[in-house]
Amino acid sequence: MSIGQTFLGLLEASPRHGYELKRVYDERFGQGRPLHYGQVYSTLARLLKSGLVEVDGVEPGAGPERKRYAITAAGVTDVARWLAQPEKPDTYLQNTLYAKVVLGLLTGRDAADILDVQRAEHLRLMRALTRRKADGDLADQLICDFALFHLEADLRWLELTAARLDQLAATLRVPAPHPDRSTP
Amino acid sequence: MTSPTPADDRPLLSAVDLHKAYGSTPALDGATLHLRAGEIVAVMGASGSGKSTLLHCLAGIVPPDAGQVHYRDRELSAMSDAERSALRRTEFGFVFQFGQLVPELSCLENVALPLRLGGTRRRVAEQRAAEWLGRLEVTEVAGHRPGEVSGGQGQRVAVARALVTAPRVLFADEPTGALDSLNGEQVMRLLTEAARHTGAAVVLVTHEPRVAAYADREIVVRDGRTRETVLAER
Ligand SMILES: Nc1ncnc2c1ncn2[C@@H]1O[C@H](COP(=O)(O)OP(=O)(O)O)[C@@H](O)[C@H]1O
Ligand SMILES: [Mg+2]
Repeated sequence: MSIGQTFLGLLEASPRHGYELKRVYDERFGQGRPLHYGQVYSTLARLLKSGLVEVDGVEPGAGPERKRYAITAAGVTDVARWLAQPEKPDTYLQNTLYAKVVLGLLTGRDAADILDVQRAEHLRLMRALTRRKADGDLADQLICDFALFHLEADLRWLELTAARLDQLAATLRVPAPHPDRSTP
Repeated sequence: MTSPTPADDRPLLSAVDLHKAYGSTPALDGATLHLRAGEIVAVMGASGSGKSTLLHCLAGIVPPDAGQVHYRDRELSAMSDAERSALRRTEFGFVFQFGQLVPELSCLENVALPLRLGGTRRRVAEQRAAEWLGRLEVTEVAGHRPGEVSGGQGQRVAVARALVTAPRVLFADEPTGALDSLNGEQVMRLLTEAARHTGAAVVLVTHEPRVAAYADREIVVRDGRTRETVLAER
């Protein structure tokens, strides 16, 4: 996620101090990965330099935490452009799990096991997210649902692949993983 | 002191190495499941893998060709038909994909029905039914007939009807299968909250991972076999 553009959006809503930006960012978007103060102030310095924010007021004393930042007209244009631009969908074409399945088959290991173990791991995470959703507010629900739908998509792929292991083994020219069940 | 497992660690309901065929179609080919009191277990697997057949065997609706089902200390196939149906009425509750509510009765009467069949007086039964409609957040449909309520409301009424008798085991077969995801989530949240509230164990059949994620753990059925059986045979 672009911290710079997120800060600009938050500043368009209202001018804030650096530490406030960090707090709001962590609360809404951090999801257990809070920003470092170093990141906060280097991002603000970059935005200042490119004229997208300006210092709106300085309280007496020293240090960067005294400054209050506001968005400039150029900053507003930048936020508008960013929001209107679609995010590039992840292509999902580099897939470690697929590589593991292929390598499992090529080395004569049980590829179905690889998929089973992964399914259990995915479901463990999905249960944790589902519990968090139950205890959470709407923001928690939306964030967890985003993760849950993606994990579910992975699981659908796991099931489809599990059902096609014999076929995949054949294309790789290795013996079928379930010779006892393959049709003559 | 000498007992390796405390008594309440023993499963409430157990199926061991079940086999079942419909004619020449194998439905179960070695399915094992142990359900402890109060736990929620998702039974997952592709369509046609044998999930519903496993549920029907566990609930004593369908007899397995081989293998045993124990509820507490009793083997289901050793019971008489009358004993098995009494067990289903008093200890088990059921929710299916389509609510299967009685169309001529109001939603309140539907929920009160299992209590009435068990001999509870009308006023008491309807009072408890009303409480359950409240717990499932569908108080507003009490006077409506099932045909007059939405799919999600109907399933919540069906959950209330299944739990009103305080069963020890709730069997739910694709309870959200006919609902969109928002209604499905709501039914699952309320179903699991209500089951935990009454301490009912749940056998939750679903092919949807997001639904299975409401359970405490999952077992997977593939070609009528559960993983326990596959591992035991290695
Ligand atoms: N009453 C029945 N008569 C004949 N075949 C059945 C019957 N019930 C299930 N089957 C068959 O048994 C297999 C398992 O079905 P089922 O237990 O319904 O699977 P699932 O619930 O996982 O979709 C399928 O091949 C299905 O067609
Ligand atoms: Mg089924």
